[in-house]
Amino acid sequence: MQKPATSPTPVPLFALYKLFFAVGLFSFGGGLTAWFHREVVLVRQWMTDEEFFSGYSLAQVLPGVNSTNMAVYIGQHVRGAIGSVTALAALLTGPFVVVIVAAVTYNRLVELPGFSAAMAGIATTAVGMIFRLGMASAKASVRHVPSVLVLIATFVAIGLLQWPLMPVLAVLAPLSIAAAWPRAADRTDTPAA
Amino acid sequence: MSDHPLISLIIVVAPLSLLAIGGASAIYAPLQHQVVDVYQWFSGREYLELFAIARVTPGPGSMLATIIGWRMAGLAGALAATLALYVPSTTLCFFAARIWNRYRGSRWHSAIESGLRPIAAGLMISGGVTILRVEGSNPLAWAMALGACALLIWRPLLHPMILLAGGAVVFVAVHAVTG
Repeated sequence: MQKPATSPTPVPLFALYKLFFAVGLFSFGGGLTAWFHREVVLVRQWMTDEEFFSGYSLAQVLPGVNSTNMAVYIGQHVRGAIGSVTALAALLTGPFVVVIVAAVTYNRLVELPGFSAAMAGIATTAVGMIFRLGMASAKASVRHVPSVLVLIATFVAIGLLQWPLMPVLAVLAPLSIAAAWPRAADRTDTPAA
Repeated sequence: MSDHPLISLIIVVAPLSLLAIGGASAIYAPLQHQVVDVYQWFSGREYLELFAIARVTPGPGSMLATIIGWRMAGLAGALAATLALYVPSTTLCFFAARIWNRYRGSRWHSAIESGLRPIAAGLMISGGVTILRVEGSNPLAWAMALGACALLIWRPLLHPMILLAGGAVVFVAVHAVTG
């Protein structure tokens, strides 16, 4: 396995736990992956942009929730198997407790004035985080005409037409990979985006 | 198939773990079918309430299984359902990521990677649009999402909690003004 360019000293497991616990606990409204990107790439520099989006592509096509897959990928990148387990457990701890508390108090919660509005506001703002990361990811992937076409096709099929994901992936993924094949050979020295 | 509710719950949830391609929202419909129609653990209305509770919870967006387990069998149910939903998919991801990283630099790896990248980016933006659709065609929701995005382009390190709290405040204020 290639050594990451970043993080010369191993990340302490406690730091890993703390980060994923905090993101899990406070990430109301979604947008966890965008939050991971901020903390792991921009703030802590545990991995490069390139490494992050490489893992994100994998997390997207594999079954399972993207954010838990990303937690496993990031944990593995910084500390191997124990890192994956730590990141996943940390990510789920907060929401696990909160969802049970929410279930017990739900009837009172919804009667709080402004509660629904606040939750909707958080959710839509989190979409802004998702858009921003999507744009960063798009910018890094649209250096070639086929990539641009695939990105647009994916967005139109899934985002606008709301076609089921599986058939869309089954068609677009092989096409896109085949289109990338000719330029794959000379990508040995690609600088990080 | 066992009659014990915990075993049945795991049998229902664990396969969904590997079916959830493209995120948590992929399991909502099949999960509802199982727990409402097939096993009749909950009525449709009860399920909708559980769904609403899961939606106001932070985290990976799929704490729905946890809450179903909690209502069925308390803490043991919540733990069993959570593990059943997350362990299969993340275990697969762990080994896939190991293979993925081992072949970094090879031609097929970079072809797959650069082939999947625009798809992942397209899916990410689509995911955002889908959430906004759930909020209804509320122009305020779109304005907030695009505004937050613009703010992050300007200040990439702006803390998400400040951003999310700002979103909540604006929505509550608008809600209070417009009723």
